[in-house]
Formats: sequence, C-alpha cells, structure tokens
Amino acid sequence: MNGIHDLGGMHGLGPIDQEANEPYFHEEWEGRVFGMFFANFAQGHFNVDQFRHAIERMDPAEYLQSSYYEHWLHAFETLLHEKGIISPDELDRKQAELSQAGDS
Amino acid sequence: MRVKALETLLSEKGLVDSSAIDTVIELYETKIGPRNGAAVVARAWSDPDYKARLLENGTKAIAELGFEGVQGEDMMVVENTDSVHNVVVCTLCSCYPWPTLGLPPVWYKSAPYRSKVVRDPRGVLSEFGVELPDSVEIRVWDSNAELRYLVLPNRPAGTDDLSEAELAELVTRDSMIGTALVAAPAS
Repeated sequence: MNGIHDLGGMHGLGPIDQEANEPYFHEEWEGRVFGMFFANFAQGHFNVDQFRHAIERMDPAEYLQSSYYEHWLHAFETLLHEKGIISPDELDRKQAELSQAGDS
Repeated sequence: MRVKALETLLSEKGLVDSSAIDTVIELYETKIGPRNGAAVVARAWSDPDYKARLLENGTKAIAELGFEGVQGEDMMVVENTDSVHNVVVCTLCSCYPWPTLGLPPVWYKSAPYRSKVVRDPRGVLSEFGVELPDSVEIRVWDSNAELRYLVLPNRPAGTDDLSEAELAELVTRDSMIGTALVAAPAS
C-alpha cells in the first residue's frame, strides 16, 4: 500500500535532528505505551502487521505531525476499538474521570 | 493522560498487568542496547572464524552470544570495507535490530532521515560528520518487518593490541547503523 508512511525518496522534510545520550523514553508515558505493546501483543489482541497497518492508515497530516509513540497510541486506540475491546467513548470517559480526580 | 486512561481500562478488564509493563521498560532500559551489538562486532574483529559465521548467518552467530528475540528474528550483517560503506534505514517505519542495538533513536524513526538517506546517502552521512571518498560505494539497506541489518564497521588502525573488551568500548551505536565510523582510540 502506498501511503504517507512510504517516505523513501521524498524531498524537503528538513534536517536530521540528532540528540546526544538520548534516552529510550523522553517522557514516562512513552515507556507505558511501549510496555503496553507487549501486553496487547501477548494477549493476542492483534499482531505486529495489524499494528503497523493501523499506523499506516492514519490521516497523512496527523501522521507527519505526531511523534513516534503517538503513532503507537493511535494504533492501540484504533485496533482495540475495531476488536470491540475499548470504544473511543469509553476511553474519553475514563480520561475525563482521571482528569477530574487530578491524577496525571 | 490518554495513555493513563488506556492502561487503566485495560488493567480493569484484566487485559494488562501494570507490573509486567514496568518489567518490560526496565528490561529495555537496562539490559538491551548497543553494548550487545558492540560485543558482536568486537568478537568478529578478534575471531576470523566467528566473523565468517556472522557474515554467513547473522542470526545464528549473534545468538551464539546470547542476543536473540523480538525484532531480531532474522539478522543480516553487512561488512564495511575500504571500498564499501553500508547504511541502514527503515523507510516505511522504524524496523531496527532490538536485541543487538536496543530501541532506535528518534532521528532513525524520523521523516527527514527515512526520506533522505535512500536518495542522498552522502548528504546524510555529511550531516552526521562522515565524509567518504568518492571511490567508496555506499550501500543503503532498507529494513523490513522480517529482516533487520547490522553494520560491521571497519576496525580502526592501531588497535592490534586491544582486547575484545577494549575493542567493544570503541564501537558506537551509530557505527552499527552506518551513520558513523569507529574512531581509533585516543593515544
């Protein structure tokens, strides 16, 4: 499938930003997303190909503007919704609930 | 907060164990990283028989040192020489040999690197401060879900007397991706 993820050869995407002594996870939530990948994979909710495809189906503008682990989060939400495990409404409600409780 | 909500829901449904997530994070942050790949390179520099096995069947030879598993199931090792320099990318996403190099840096997963390195590898190497003579052929390897690449860098001059452990110290992550050369030790 040809899509925005197929970046090889594209012009004009700017310089390569390098970071010395880069940590694996820049923020705590990135590590949680990474760990959940194993959990969801281990549970058999989806396989790696479905996961990758869910990223490739992202809106092209959103794909380019969001970070790597945001892509992963997007894929989780898409796949868990499609498999009937967690609906977007359910997730919104839980997020609101946690916000109100002042949790971060 | 969105991530927290997702983890909480999965946990409430009994689908995710938060302590298992802690374990995965700790494992990658402490045990799995480019020191593994450096050990492979140092062994190949020190032991010609190992090097031959490594280039013949990367997956098996790397597993001899105990490095195998997720995102390293099929490995191919490409050797730099005086006439060939190899660089690895994943244009479609972020495929990378986790057991030997750990998790990829942000630049490896970024649109600028993925788009440009296949079109203008010399320009990209230049951004990384690597200038190669025109006589050196540059080969760019596009990783995929099944097959991952590891670059076997050139052994620097003046290292004949170094032990395998000392050699491993010289080998950097970027030299095994192909965006750096291994520098000779400061004398």
